[in-house]
Amino acid sequence: MAQIPESLQKVRFYQTGTLTVGNRLLDAEHRSVQATLDRSNSLDSGHRACQGCGEALGARFAIDAAMRATDNRLIAANATGCLEVFTTPYPETAWSVPWIHSLFGNAAAVGAGIAAAMKAKGRKDVRVIAQGGDGGTTDIGFGCLSGMFDRNDDVLYICYNNEAYMNTGVQRSSATPGAARTATTMPVGKDPGNAFNTGKSVPLIAMAHLIPYVATASVHDLHDLEHKVTKAMGVRGSRYIEIFVPCPLGWGSKPSDTVKIARLAVECGLFPLIEAEHGEITGVTKIRSKTPVADYLKLQRRFAHVLKPDNAHQLEQLQAIADRNISRFNLVDDQGGQE
Amino acid sequence: MLKQVEGSHAVAEAVALCRPEVISAYPITPQTHIVEDLGTMVKAGGIENCEFLLVESEFGALSACIGSSAAGARSYTATSSQGMLFMMEAVYNASGMGLPIVMTVGNRAIGAPINIWNDWGDAMSARDAGWIQLFVESNQQAVDVHIQAFKLAEQLSLPVMVCMDGFILTHSYSRVDIPEQEQVDAFLPAFEPRQVLDPAVPVSMGAMVGPEAFTEVRYLAHHKQMEALELIPEQAAAFQQIFGRDSGGLTKSFECEGAETVVVTMGSVIGTMKEVLAGMRADGISIGALAVRSFRPFPKDTLRACLQNAKRVIVFEKCLAVGMGGILAMNLRMALKDFPIRVHSAIGGLGGRPITRANLRRMFEKGIRDEMEEPHFHDIQMDIVERELERERAQRRSGSIAENILQDVGVVAAAKTI
Ligand SMILES: Cc1ncc(C[n+]2csc(CCOP(=O)(O)OP(=O)(O)O)c2C)c(N)n1
Ligand code: SF4
Ligand SMILES: [Mg+2]
Repeated sequence: MAQIPESLQKVRFYQTGTLTVGNRLLDAEHRSVQATLDRSNSLDSGHRACQGCGEALGARFAIDAAMRATDNRLIAANATGCLEVFTTPYPETAWSVPWIHSLFGNAAAVGAGIAAAMKAKGRKDVRVIAQGGDGGTTDIGFGCLSGMFDRNDDVLYICYNNEAYMNTGVQRSSATPGAARTATTMPVGKDPGNAFNTGKSVPLIAMAHLIPYVATASVHDLHDLEHKVTKAMGVRGSRYIEIFVPCPLGWGSKPSDTVKIARLAVECGLFPLIEAEHGEITGVTKIRSKTPVADYLKLQRRFAHVLKPDNAHQLEQLQAIADRNISRFNLVDDQGGQE
Repeated sequence: MLKQVEGSHAVAEAVALCRPEVISAYPITPQTHIVEDLGTMVKAGGIENCEFLLVESEFGALSACIGSSAAGARSYTATSSQGMLFMMEAVYNASGMGLPIVMTVGNRAIGAPINIWNDWGDAMSARDAGWIQLFVESNQQAVDVHIQAFKLAEQLSLPVMVCMDGFILTHSYSRVDIPEQEQVDAFLPAFEPRQVLDPAVPVSMGAMVGPEAFTEVRYLAHHKQMEALELIPEQAAAFQQIFGRDSGGLTKSFECEGAETVVVTMGSVIGTMKEVLAGMRADGISIGALAVRSFRPFPKDTLRACLQNAKRVIVFEKCLAVGMGGILAMNLRMALKDFPIRVHSAIGGLGGRPITRANLRRMFEKGIRDEMEEPHFHDIQMDIVERELERERAQRRSGSIAENILQDVGVVAAAKTI
């Protein structure tokens, strides 16, 4: 593992009001990549993402951190999806890393192929990232991803989870939460929105492959995200990071609320931030001030029906999922757990 | 060096001599022996600086080759039948991106009904995918054409499929001259990609292209294949200089010059045909054959030049465009459309049905009498077909065609022996 100063994880300076993590009081070397003037700018201005796009934010934070960690010796393979489409309206491209898009379901395999090529050519210094949306990861790209894990290919796979197929117009994926409205799970009938199925957690499935490093992160906590990417780049073998990236267009939220919604998803327990090494959980980010799921839901039109009295059972189900996450991952400190 | 070896092993040795850097494959009969042998060679250190990826599917296999080829590594895979269909999205992607991957196709029928035996259904499913498709007649050809395939692919930045008949070639032992490493090195230079994923010079590959440019991109894919029509014979000639063998090329004539009737086919069946045709010529019949070695690009001009003086052509192929007829025949008719030549279409050898000298001669004689149905199904048992059609007329729930036919084959065969 790369040596990351403890302080990066431990020190938390929050802005009042927005509760964003501040740079001002940190030592220069502990500040965010984004705070440095000489940052790489992996994802340049001019791309076509919607205003407030969590995926654009997450990708830039993650790839900038990875570029810094690898001294810019990085190649990225990208699945079809919003990130691919909004960054490369050819002949323009927003990427300043060598980047390839092949298909929707094969980013992990393309990444594995690039890594094999680098190994064959003796270029161990060049590192590989494969990335895609939740659909390209948990659904159509799942076979290739599991194959990459199983072979322990030297690739970091990053999933930008916005909980639906956004690029094709907001259809349900297996990462879409219960009750959520999408174009294929409309809020009609007795149980409006998406069905509450059994759920499918790719981070836990990745852990079951015993790969060296698995983490979840969110665009509201830049330091944590950068820390995890940096840590991942210090490890050889298959690694998986899932980043929670709100989508204003698909979720029916205000572009200015993206970071806030991301924070609330974590604080209510619906999106736990965890780290695992070789199949064992090695760290969880404790919830600072536990929030009812309703506070998170009410900022998003995709859940509007859940907050109506008729659908109280759906609200209860979502709260139960959050509560189960909290107890399962021990997200709240025993002594009340709240600062 | 002369060796008595299995076709698959010969191909594995040929691929190894081409110094591949990444091999990625998924097992399917009859391709398995090729990748097993290559896997062993890589593991034993027999191929320097080569990574072998054991992937979870054919889709993953070709996708990994897409990544490795884009990163500048000479990349190879092999498949057959269902595997080809499973990777199909990546098949189109590899050619669309101009990645010079070489893939062996151990030709096998496509199910349902599932069938592991030889025909060309798999290769034909990718005939419009933008890959160069070379068919070989023998295991020596298979060796030689693989070496030429890497050079062709890299020169044009296009992927190449080498199609060899499953079992008939992949699993048969024959005497094969395996070239020396120095010969291959002299013929095949190091891979120099037109575009490569390199942190020193970052590029974006695989971007979206809209109506403003798609036609031109597609035109150029076609144009490159037209260039291949020149390059393939040039490379065959260069190959002959170094290796001393006539291998590859667009077509191969088997005494078709001046023949009244010319049989046109591909792949290994020409071996059996040569003997039949020699016998017929000995009986005074004017007949020869022409093997199509490059199916994509389709060598229309060469075929026209070879066939223009023929009276009739009998196309024999191991594939069927259901609802239309013979695929090679269709392509050939297009090439010969300006000539007053009768083109008969015969389809046979499907799912591995044996093609014998006796039944070939009967079929050719029928063609010469211009009595062939369109298309003609070679060696078909029409009594079995009629029984099934009768069953379907008689009852709604007539069951599965495949299982019914299997039962009938047993019953009819038993009745015939009585
Ligand atoms: C094989 C295949 N099936 C379907 C599609 C259509 N398609 C393109 S992007 C996409 C959705 C992408 O969703 P996700 O992976 O979650 O990424 P997002 O756009 O949400 O970031 C779909 C369904 C495709 N390109 N290829
Ligand atoms: S639809 Fe959503 S994910 Fe796609 S660009 Fe817009 S905000 Fe980003
Ligand atoms: Mg998505």
